[in-house]
Amino acid sequence: MVVGNPGRARAILVGRLALLSLGAVVLMIPFIYMVATSFKPNTLVLEIPPQIIPHHPTIANYTSAWTSNRFGRYFLNSLFVAIATTAAALLLSSMMAYAFARFRFPGRRVLFGLLLIGLMVPGMMVLIPQFLLAKQLLLLNSLWGLIVFYTGGNLALNTFLLRSFFQDIPFELEEAMVVDGAGPWTRFWRLILPLSRPALAIVAIFTFLASWDEFTWALTTINDPGKYTLPIAIALFEGQHSTSWGLVFAASTIAVVPAIAIFVVFQRQFISGLASGALKA
Amino acid sequence: MTASSSSTSISGFLGRSVTSLRPRPRVNPRRRRELAAAYLFLGPGFLLFALIILYPIVRAFQISLYRWSIVPGTASTFLGLHNYGRALHDPLFWRGLENAGFYMAVTVPAQIVLGMAVAVLLNAHMPARAFFRAIYYLPVVTSWVVVSLLFRYLFITDGGFINGELHLNIDWLGQRWTAMLVLSILGIWKGIGWSMVIFLGALQSVPRELHEAAAVDGAKALRRFRAVSLPAIRPVIAFVTILLVIGGFNVFISVYLITQGGPLDETQVLLTYMYREAFSYLDFGYGSALAFVLTLIVFVLALVQLRLFRRPSEAV
Repeated sequence: MVVGNPGRARAILVGRLALLSLGAVVLMIPFIYMVATSFKPNTLVLEIPPQIIPHHPTIANYTSAWTSNRFGRYFLNSLFVAIATTAAALLLSSMMAYAFARFRFPGRRVLFGLLLIGLMVPGMMVLIPQFLLAKQLLLLNSLWGLIVFYTGGNLALNTFLLRSFFQDIPFELEEAMVVDGAGPWTRFWRLILPLSRPALAIVAIFTFLASWDEFTWALTTINDPGKYTLPIAIALFEGQHSTSWGLVFAASTIAVVPAIAIFVVFQRQFISGLASGALKA
Repeated sequence: MTASSSSTSISGFLGRSVTSLRPRPRVNPRRRRELAAAYLFLGPGFLLFALIILYPIVRAFQISLYRWSIVPGTASTFLGLHNYGRALHDPLFWRGLENAGFYMAVTVPAQIVLGMAVAVLLNAHMPARAFFRAIYYLPVVTSWVVVSLLFRYLFITDGGFINGELHLNIDWLGQRWTAMLVLSILGIWKGIGWSMVIFLGALQSVPRELHEAAAVDGAKALRRFRAVSLPAIRPVIAFVTILLVIGGFNVFISVYLITQGGPLDETQVLLTYMYREAFSYLDFGYGSALAFVLTLIVFVLALVQLRLFRRPSEAV
């Protein structure tokens, strides 16, 4: 508060906290209910009246999801795809961003404009041609297909963000290295990348979560159950066993926990990344 | 751009704008090496981007002009703009547009107002601020698949949490508008945190002196918010609105998983309809036309909003 007496300021603060707490509880109820359901025996998931706290908590849903329903496998598939995508997208987009930020070459403006177009076009618009392309390239029904297309899909945004960060690195540092005889590759690895750790962290986190959560492309291109990632495994499992909500939410909790953990650990990077317009709605 | 004159030869190939005003020097070996380096850095990523994004954009339009044959070896029939004309006479296209429009009209204002409200509440010295910010942001980082299934479960008619707790007996997902409402509530619930974080960042960057000056002039908190904060963060509000409108028109996963467009196509939105035409009925030509129309609508809406937001004074 800018002005006001202490008593009034205190009352306002209490009011703020009360409103925020109320909102937070309302917002959290679905999550609490989800986790609670995942610990209920399957016969009790649709009790009347609904119970938030399970009377007979059990971890049977988790053991069943992880073992007999192969969610361990899907978890590893998702992890592999997300890590490989993040590594590939980070390398390729930081290289592109370096070229755009530090070099003058014919076609630079046109190529950057094309990149911006890629940024604006909604992903669903190109789903059909991408599907046909993946078919031609024999990348349907393959985890590598997911990695290639996720990487390509993340390049524009990542390059855009990294470029503006690279541009803010003082030229003088690079000039000093040039005087010492360092070529572009050395400057990129020894100077630009180490100085850009915060930006690289943001880009890595967003890329990882985007591939971890991606649904539509995986749903469209993957048929072989052995190659399911978590989002499609959960959705398709729910479609087949529409009454096993306990299992569905055990699997969901397994899928959500890594994302939330990453968010909690990297909260500061998240917020600053958002502030720079990094994440779309 | 300060110390550039002292080191032009180096900064020249590093790409400072100062040098671009001069006549281009003869290509010397060093310049050639730098050029090669630029293309090598750019090449792998840009080729992949061109293959995965640019080529499909062109291709989407091309496919939309055909009755596309998915059987290898058989020819596709060129239809011109027929698929677009078909969309204009397709009641399901219009319903999809209507539903997506409803979703947008409900979720966008709600996310802006509620996100702003939470941001204003958080924009003060208080305990547990980071904690609250994290809680409100949690739905944003949770996958659409999980929250969609979760909301379907919450809104089950018999034994569902909402009906049970509120002592209702509403067939939420069995009717068009209640189902659209459930989808919208999910969209709002998931989106508040995103607009909140962006608004909070913007509010924090409003100069304190402005607030203090207004306070000295006797302006109350609400008045200060309207007269000082809102105008200062206007570009951010525009940014958030435009992205939310685009996101709203692109709603897909939640509809696909919660109602599948049902009952009887009542809750079909543009993208679920497009997806079904393409991947259930394998009508890639028509699906591409629908996708292209959606993209056009989104672009036009974005342009209109940019104009609306540009001049605050002229609107009055």
